[in-house]
Amino acid sequence: MSGVTRYWVAAVVLLLLAQTALAQQSRVTVGSKKFTESVILGELLTQLAASTGTEVEHRSELGGTRVLWSALKRGEIDLYPEYTGTISKEILAGREAATIDEIRTVLAAERIVVSEPLGFNNTYILGMKEDVAEPLGIRAISDLRRHPDLRFGFSNEFMDREDGWPGLRRDYALPQRDVRGMDHDLAYRGLDGGSIDLVDLYSTDAEIQYYGLRALEDDRAHFPRYDAVILYRDDLERRASEVVAALAALEGAITASDMTGMNATAKIENVSEARIAAEFLERRLGLQTDLHEASAWERFWANTVDHLFLVAVSLAGAILVSIPLGVIAVRFRRVGQVILGVVGVIQTIPALALLVFMIPLLGIGAAPAIVALFLYSLLPIVRNTYAGLHDIPRPIVESAIALGLSPRQRLRLVELPLAARSILAGIKTSAVINVGTATLGALIGTGGYGQPILTGIRLDDVGLIMQGAVPAAGLALLCQGAFELAERKFVSKGLRIKAA
Amino acid sequence: MSHPTSPVIELKQITKTFGTTRALEGIDLRVEPAQTTVLIGPSGCGKSTLLRLVVGLIGHDAGTASFEGSDITPDNIRALRRRMGYVIQEGGLFPHLTAEWNVVLMARQLGWPERKWRNRLGELAELTRLPMDALGRYPVELSGGQRQRVSLMRALMLDPHVLLMDEPLGALDPMIRYELQVELRGIFRRLGKTVLLVTHDLDEAGFFGDVIVLLRDGRIEQQGTVEELVTNPRSEFVRAFVNAQRSALEPLQGESRS
Repeated sequence: MSGVTRYWVAAVVLLLLAQTALAQQSRVTVGSKKFTESVILGELLTQLAASTGTEVEHRSELGGTRVLWSALKRGEIDLYPEYTGTISKEILAGREAATIDEIRTVLAAERIVVSEPLGFNNTYILGMKEDVAEPLGIRAISDLRRHPDLRFGFSNEFMDREDGWPGLRRDYALPQRDVRGMDHDLAYRGLDGGSIDLVDLYSTDAEIQYYGLRALEDDRAHFPRYDAVILYRDDLERRASEVVAALAALEGAITASDMTGMNATAKIENVSEARIAAEFLERRLGLQTDLHEASAWERFWANTVDHLFLVAVSLAGAILVSIPLGVIAVRFRRVGQVILGVVGVIQTIPALALLVFMIPLLGIGAAPAIVALFLYSLLPIVRNTYAGLHDIPRPIVESAIALGLSPRQRLRLVELPLAARSILAGIKTSAVINVGTATLGALIGTGGYGQPILTGIRLDDVGLIMQGAVPAAGLALLCQGAFELAERKFVSKGLRIKAA
Repeated sequence: MSHPTSPVIELKQITKTFGTTRALEGIDLRVEPAQTTVLIGPSGCGKSTLLRLVVGLIGHDAGTASFEGSDITPDNIRALRRRMGYVIQEGGLFPHLTAEWNVVLMARQLGWPERKWRNRLGELAELTRLPMDALGRYPVELSGGQRQRVSLMRALMLDPHVLLMDEPLGALDPMIRYELQVELRGIFRRLGKTVLLVTHDLDEAGFFGDVIVLLRDGRIEQQGTVEELVTNPRSEFVRAFVNAQRSALEPLQGESRS
């Protein structure tokens, strides 16, 4: 088997391994967005579905509406909790579908079913601290027109949504210029700390009461109703009719104060979403669920496995592709400029954006994350392979030529061994970047050390953030150390010792 | 002049330009077997270019170059290189390989059995008087003189017909350089190799060379023995070149050499 063939065989084997690992899926998969209420609702759906004896998986904190919607359409999740206002203004933006019946008709064509409302309306609210709003005499949103210097901090999704800031500003002719996008869970802290004056809230947020906030009246009726519903794929009725039947128990079962209470229990008392959901199901539906909460070690281990999987597969792929690309770049100068240019441009794409670009192509979970991390790992290895080969002193290359070695022999026996140190340094850089960047994968449901970080940010739990951040940093250091050892193996002693 | 034997290397009207610079122009040269031919001249005269052209590191623009009767072309140059040994100033040893591996690399690639390459390695170490324990060291651990001995061993490994040497002793300090000059000439004579050697030092050229070729601006200015160059310079340039180098060395000549 020639070197090149061996190369591609290795690449294919890797792909197959990745494929198998990715293919493990439960029969029913629930999704939820990355804010606490959605996670609680996701847990409710999961435990209710599991009570029928069906194997159910909850892929929680997957991101925003678009991520969940595309995952549902692609069948990567079977159901998730959504809000009618979000469906009509965001998912079906531009199409006339205001009432729940109109929504049903439109979504039926997309083979998605809308449940009956769960019972509460979680609308958007603009909130200010009482002691800021009172002296200015602000009670309704239209009062904001008189105070153009107020600083607004909106959740990132709200900044872009048609029913969010763009539509709101138009409907009320709001003059404010200092408007920033931020994480919804962080916005409260900004408000509390006084760095912003007004935030968007969900009416069921526990913090409204906790921080003593004034909810401004929507006096022009800008916001529609956001009745919580369940969206599910219509094939679920065929694949797991017992699950669909069980879910009906939640219809009309959750009041606004139930939801606010559950949010408060999660965010203020730091009770896990799974436990909150279990207690609700028992109290309201008399349903006993055997709640299995993973211990901190189990979670750590699961996160470690997920994280290593992302890093190992993407890095191995990047090594297999980058070294040949570096060799080609040195051999053919023109092509080389193109290669270095392209991988350089890829590197300038923000990691988060790269992850999101992958979703329409590859859905959610490990596959898009691995591709994004793979692309991200290319540049350091390609560039260092190129530099390592390019910097070999001319007399040594010419000696190899004059000795009668063929180009392939020269590459294998002389050039790659001489460039080994530079190539290894490139791989090391990629590995360390990769370990850090892989934490972002949690945003699209890959798990890994990003998961506790994401949850920790959402719950304002520094300890939880540390459970992700510390192992991620440790793994990066471990990679660094491993490559120093690898250098002893792959870099000739003749290149490591100094002249006497 | 008559040529009773066919030349090992024959160049006819060789021209080479780099961009707009004429590096070689209308070079005619015959390198006779078992002789040492020395290319000499000031920096930039084209002497190294000529050597690199023979070993195929660069091509020529016009004229013909042949090696043992075959035209040197990109297609056959790799086969021809098996019959050439090339040594450069700093040795050009592969820094990631031990001295031994540098020497036997090509033989092993050609599939020589271990006994054969080990025997050859021993012969060459003896010939070049390289201490056996130096064979296990990396180039960075060797002295400059040892590196050149290893480089010579590597060039001789496949028993080439011709040695092409580009300032092989240029980077050595004077004592070692002198010692190696004496040894090298002994080796050339013992092996009866055809040698084409580049130097900028007339003393070294005279010491090694059966034939000396003085180049200037890419042309051959004069060709002959060192005595002919000294006693019968064909141009003012030859006279100036000889005088510039002779004055310092004259008192030494005769007593230390031959």
